[in-house]
Amino acid sequence: MSELFGNEAWWVIILKALLVFVVLVVFTLFNIWFERRVVARMQHRVGPNVWGPFGLLQSLADGVKLALKEEIFPKHAHKVVYFIAPVIATIPAFLAWAVIPFGPEVTIPFTDTVTPLQLTDMPVAVLYILAVTSIGVYGIVLGGWASGSTYSLLGGVRSSAQMISYEVAMGLSLVAVFIYAGSMSTSEIVAAQAEDTWFALPLLPSFIIYMIAMVGETNRAPFDLPEAEGELVGGFHTEYSSLKFALFFLAEYINMVTVSALATTMFLGGWRAPWGISQIDGANEGYWPVLWFLGKTLLFVFLFIWLRGSLPRLRYDQFMKFGWKVLIPASLAWIVVVCVMRRLIIDDDLDPTKILVVAGVLVVALLVVQFIPERRTPAVEAPEPDAFAGGFPVPPMPGKQPVAPSGAPVAPSGEKEA
Amino acid sequence: MTEYTPVLVLAAISGAFAVFSVLIAPLTGPKRYNRAKVDSYECGIEPTPQAAGGGRVPVKYFITAMLFIVFDVEIIFLYPFAVEFDLLGWFGIVEMLLFIATVFVAYVYVWRRGGLEWD
Repeated sequence: MSELFGNEAWWVIILKALLVFVVLVVFTLFNIWFERRVVARMQHRVGPNVWGPFGLLQSLADGVKLALKEEIFPKHAHKVVYFIAPVIATIPAFLAWAVIPFGPEVTIPFTDTVTPLQLTDMPVAVLYILAVTSIGVYGIVLGGWASGSTYSLLGGVRSSAQMISYEVAMGLSLVAVFIYAGSMSTSEIVAAQAEDTWFALPLLPSFIIYMIAMVGETNRAPFDLPEAEGELVGGFHTEYSSLKFALFFLAEYINMVTVSALATTMFLGGWRAPWGISQIDGANEGYWPVLWFLGKTLLFVFLFIWLRGSLPRLRYDQFMKFGWKVLIPASLAWIVVVCVMRRLIIDDDLDPTKILVVAGVLVVALLVVQFIPERRTPAVEAPEPDAFAGGFPVPPMPGKQPVAPSGAPVAPSGEKEA
Repeated sequence: MTEYTPVLVLAAISGAFAVFSVLIAPLTGPKRYNRAKVDSYECGIEPTPQAAGGGRVPVKYFITAMLFIVFDVEIIFLYPFAVEFDLLGWFGIVEMLLFIATVFVAYVYVWRRGGLEWD
């Protein structure tokens, strides 16, 4: 962790905080456009392409439109909480980005001041991210409750139950990263991945569990049950309109980028250039790492959109069952494996290549098992119900034979048997 | 000045933005009163006088919240262990395995009693 964190000049802090804010707002506007374009391509449509180059200004226009819409205050809404809820949802969404590292230490242009491209860092940075993003749940559940409407209430409690369920799996999947990095500070985790390799490779199961949990955590398809349009209209923000709705929307998209950035930092080497580019001198210095960081984050955002474009929504009981009965035991078991494995590697009792060999054998064995044909006992098929009741009162369709109650086809009456 | 001051600065900026947006909305938008508009939205049918169950929620959600606390506390104990993993040696691993096993007993109990069923 750099010495500079917590010892910087006021103007540097304010400048960086403003930059983080602006980057997040612009990134959100971009992501809304990006999602609409990509989903449109996946569905053989064109998507927004009128305002600005490639329609890039579409989400800005939508934001202005929302500001000019009438604000509706529902009859049954709580007078105070209804207004506070969007604020509670928005602030933590921004706060999580205080500890996300964008790049290494750089000099601010036109000055001699050196500063890390990260607002701040602390020994418990990842814990801090988990803590502030959990506060966002309050905004959602309070917004749903304060609207005084059935759909909002159901959407709000569903959303909170879903977020806390998947937060457990998410928190457990990060334990393995802390074991490997020996720190919870985001900048040190990035540094640890520079010495070692990207943690996504040795900790692949953690990475997969994290990716599933992050989709559940952000209420995105296929886990978007809180806003299931078919049953709950819009979920917790059904009764919200105008800029308050825009705030909820902003918070949702920032959360999506936050978990993507956290995935980048924890598993994909953070702002470090990917292999190949990292061989070039200076790829990990100056302002270039911002590009790698945003690129990797955008990769996850694309994954989110891809999932939305291809998967149908889960049922709520399936979803909860998957979280509690599959993800949590799986991540606990994986933590135990990682503990033993890491200890053996540290004590030099185990060669990392041996682990790769064992993992390879396991994968091949799994694949082979997949190809073994399942031995099935032939199911006793129930006799097909005879819709025509043996040819009476409706004669069978052409080419069809009436079915006898025993299941054996009977010759249609009036025809000679061959 | 500590590491946490920048967090407060960012909170002030985003808070100002959010509060400003909430306050400015009634001024920028039109106001056209309509009795049907302020009713709760229930797809066009006559809205119920209050939210489902009078604003109460099914007990399943409370059980989920309590389960969450159990596991979240477990995670909180796992994090310091994970950070100091290199120092703790085999002793730490055995201790942590015992702890995970203890929590797992509660987990199996809840599972067997149907606490994880959702219908």
